[in-house]
Amino acid sequence: MALFTALATVATASVLLAGCGALPDVVAPSAGGAPAASGPAAPGHITVFAAASLSEVFTTLGAQFEQADPGTTITFSFGASSTLAMQITEGAPADVFASASGTNMDAVVTAKAADTPTAFAQNVMEIAVPPDNPAHVATLADLAKRGVKVALCQPDVPCGAVAAKVFTNAGIAVIPVTLEADVKATLTKVELGEVDAGVVYVTDVRAAGGKAAGIAIPADVNASTSYPIAALTASKNPQLAKAFVEYVLSPQGQSALAAAGFQKP
Amino acid sequence: MGRAPWPLAVPAVVAVAFLMLPLAGLLLRAPWRDLPRLLVESQALDALRISLTTASVATVISLVLGVPLAWVLARAHFRGRSLLRALVTVPLVLPPVVGGVALLFALGRRGFIGQYLDQWFGITLPFTTAGVVVAETLVAMPFLIVTVEGALRSASLGLEEAAATFGSRPFTTFRRVTVPLIGPSLLAGSVLCWARALGEFGATIAFAGNLPGVTQTMSLAVYQALENDSAAAVALSLVLLVVSIGVLALLRDRWLHPGATL
Repeated sequence: MALFTALATVATASVLLAGCGALPDVVAPSAGGAPAASGPAAPGHITVFAAASLSEVFTTLGAQFEQADPGTTITFSFGASSTLAMQITEGAPADVFASASGTNMDAVVTAKAADTPTAFAQNVMEIAVPPDNPAHVATLADLAKRGVKVALCQPDVPCGAVAAKVFTNAGIAVIPVTLEADVKATLTKVELGEVDAGVVYVTDVRAAGGKAAGIAIPADVNASTSYPIAALTASKNPQLAKAFVEYVLSPQGQSALAAAGFQKP
Repeated sequence: MGRAPWPLAVPAVVAVAFLMLPLAGLLLRAPWRDLPRLLVESQALDALRISLTTASVATVISLVLGVPLAWVLARAHFRGRSLLRALVTVPLVLPPVVGGVALLFALGRRGFIGQYLDQWFGITLPFTTAGVVVAETLVAMPFLIVTVEGALRSASLGLEEAAATFGSRPFTTFRRVTVPLIGPSLLAGSVLCWARALGEFGATIAFAGNLPGVTQTMSLAVYQALENDSAAAVALSLVLLVVSIGVLALLRDRWLHPGATL
């Protein structure tokens, strides 16, 4: 048994020492995080990391892009921009990043993982309520009332940060019952009727169709967020990545975004 | 006896190395100097308090409800027993988030039971600490049930039969003979249940939501911290790690040996 103990200790120690040899900087994200070796990218294939609010419109754009350029395939990964930015700086293999806020894109640019980003859309906030509006929410101020259950995005996620700006503009303090991981999770809580209201993007209310009703936020207190898009430096298919970015910025891309409710950049 | 034969020792060493990998990753990335500041900023104490209390309450509920069920599954004879056993272990294979969403459909504000709880008693479980307990119990209780049922099945009936011949009534036999007999497995099952409840994430965030001070457990706090500050996430993970190791270390090895009396 002493031999076994010795072997186990050696195994654990070598694991730890192997890690020590490549000790990354804890404070700043690893610069130019190269993705783990996964073989050459399939010809004409790219992975696009995009904010959750872009789920529907980018899926459509992706299908249109694949049709226009046969032989290309696009895989999407949708999620909170802050989560995606962290994954990219930690070396996730992506070719394009479309963020719902400049802050998250800046983090990626600082880590030297993206080329110069370009703004391709803007989005403003709206109150989403279940179709039957159980708490009879009519204005922004109703969200601050006691007894009204409000779902918000986590403060570090773009939709949470912009919602906070809206509340500051309106001079109200809203205490949510839950802070969800991304805007779609917030919308889901509204659709399920578990909360009386959620603050999401206008595009999300539109995409929800009949599952959620929207209550507009007055333009003078509303806040907007700009969506930047960039091809990533670690891309295995930089030409295709750039082509997709240009497609999003093209008239076809812009009209699809406008049809989904996004505003011009 | 005591020396591990090579076909067992080598895979065992690989297993140790593999299980230590995430641990090594955490320790290597730990922001040792900034630890105190990060923990205060990320409301670590709140999250830890919620995690520990909800996991403990979930374990108590699992014991109160799960041990009788395990006994029924092991000792009672009725048709459909195997089906019942399979159904009871469904939360084990169900992805936790699915479990959480399913809880919403049952106990949420519009759930088929939850709507009556809301209308008649004004009780809503989502977004409350009680909701966290419910979510954790759902995912953790099957671990306890499976462990205890296994112990009951392998425990010899001889002692229980002897107690019966001495005139002991069934529940008294259960209380004074069966439970001490399976003591170590009961403890191991409780620890497993508690650890599973402590680490629960998907069902909690889906059913109870995420609000610091109310429903944000350590797991949810780590996830939220990851959004902008991986150093804070590592700090929180370290705390959870230390607490878990501390609890497990308190369990003396001899208490876990089968057949040992408590």
